[in-house]
Amino acid sequence: MSRPTNRRQDNHKIDWHLPSISSSASAHHMSRELFVLTYGALVAQLCKDYEKDEDVNKYLDRMGYDIGIRLVEDFLARSAVRKCRSYSETVDMIAQVAFKMYLGVTPSVSCSNTTENEFFLMLDKNPLVDFVEELPAGRCSLCYCNLLCGVIRGALEMVHLAAEVTFVQDRLKGDDVTEIGITFLKKLEDKKHKRKK
Amino acid sequence: MADSPLFQALHMEMAHALCAEQEKGLGALEGVGFRVGQGLSERLTKETPSFKDELDALKFLCKDLWITVFKKQVDNLRTNHQGTYMLQDNQFLLLSQLSNGKQYLEEAPKFLAFTCGLVKGALSNLGFDSTVTAEVPVMPSSKFQVVIQKS
Repeated sequence: MSRPTNRRQDNHKIDWHLPSISSSASAHHMSRELFVLTYGALVAQLCKDYEKDEDVNKYLDRMGYDIGIRLVEDFLARSAVRKCRSYSETVDMIAQVAFKMYLGVTPSVSCSNTTENEFFLMLDKNPLVDFVEELPAGRCSLCYCNLLCGVIRGALEMVHLAAEVTFVQDRLKGDDVTEIGITFLKKLEDKKHKRKK
Repeated sequence: MADSPLFQALHMEMAHALCAEQEKGLGALEGVGFRVGQGLSERLTKETPSFKDELDALKFLCKDLWITVFKKQVDNLRTNHQGTYMLQDNQFLLLSQLSNGKQYLEEAPKFLAFTCGLVKGALSNLGFDSTVTAEVPVMPSSKFQVVIQKS
C-alpha cells in the first residue's frame, strides 16, 4: 500500500486495506438479513408503544448512540485503520470502511459549500429499508433509520469528536434521496507537523 | 446470522433499553422476536412444502432455523409426544458473550426473550400456536420449552 501520495492536496481517494472477509458474498448478505428483519420488527414494536413519531425517533437515536459507543471498538479492532487527521478523512472512513463493513454499502460523501464542518452521506442503497416500501400509515414524520444517526454520533464521541447527526433528506418521506448530515461541533485543531509517508 | 456484530449489538441494546421497564419490556422484546421469527420462517420455507406434522416443524426449527440464526443445531430435542417440546442449546450464541457459569444468571431472561418470540413466531408462521418459555441452568446453555396449543 505504498503509493506515493501528495499529502498537501486534499486527497479524497484513499487506499484502504479492507479487512479480509472470509465468508462469501451471499453468506454476508444472509448475515445482514437477521439484523434488517430485527430492526424492522423493533421499529414496528416502538410504533406500537409510542404514539408520537418524535418519541420513536428519539428512542431510536438513543439506542443507536448506546450501540455506537460500543460498536466503535469492534470497528477499530477489525479495521486497524490509522488515526484520521481531518474531518473529511473521518467522514470518508465512515462511508468507505464502516458502512461497507457493517451494511455492505458505500454512501457517497460531499461537504457543504458554506460550512467546512458539515458533511453529507448520500445513501443510494440502504439495506435497512430493503423490506420497507413506505412508512406506516399516520407515521409521516418517522425517521425510520434514525438508529444510524445515533450510532454515528456515539462512535464519533468515543474518538473525541462531537457532532450532530441527522437525516437531512429521506426517500421514505418523499425526498429524492436519502442523506445523512454530519456537523462537527468543534473546529479540529490544525496539526502543525505533517508526517511524510 | 446472530453472530454478526451488528445484530449482537442491537440485541444487547434491545435487551437493556426495552427491559428498562421490566414486565412490559420482556413482552416487547418477545414481540420483536415474534415478528422476526415469522419473517425468517417465511423466507426459509418458501421453496419447501408444508410440514406434515408438528414434530417435523420442530425439527425444522431445531435444525434449519437454528443453524441459520445461531450457526449450530439445537443440541437436544425432547418431547412428551403430547405437544410439549424441550429444546436445549448448550452453547447458546446470544449468551456466550455474557459469561460462563453462574454469573449474570438473573439477567438471563432479558437475553432469552427475543429468542422465545422468534420460536413462537416461526411456529406461528407454520400454523402452530404455542407458548414458549426459557431457562438457563448454567451459562451459556439454555433450555426452551415449547407447548403447542391445541385449537
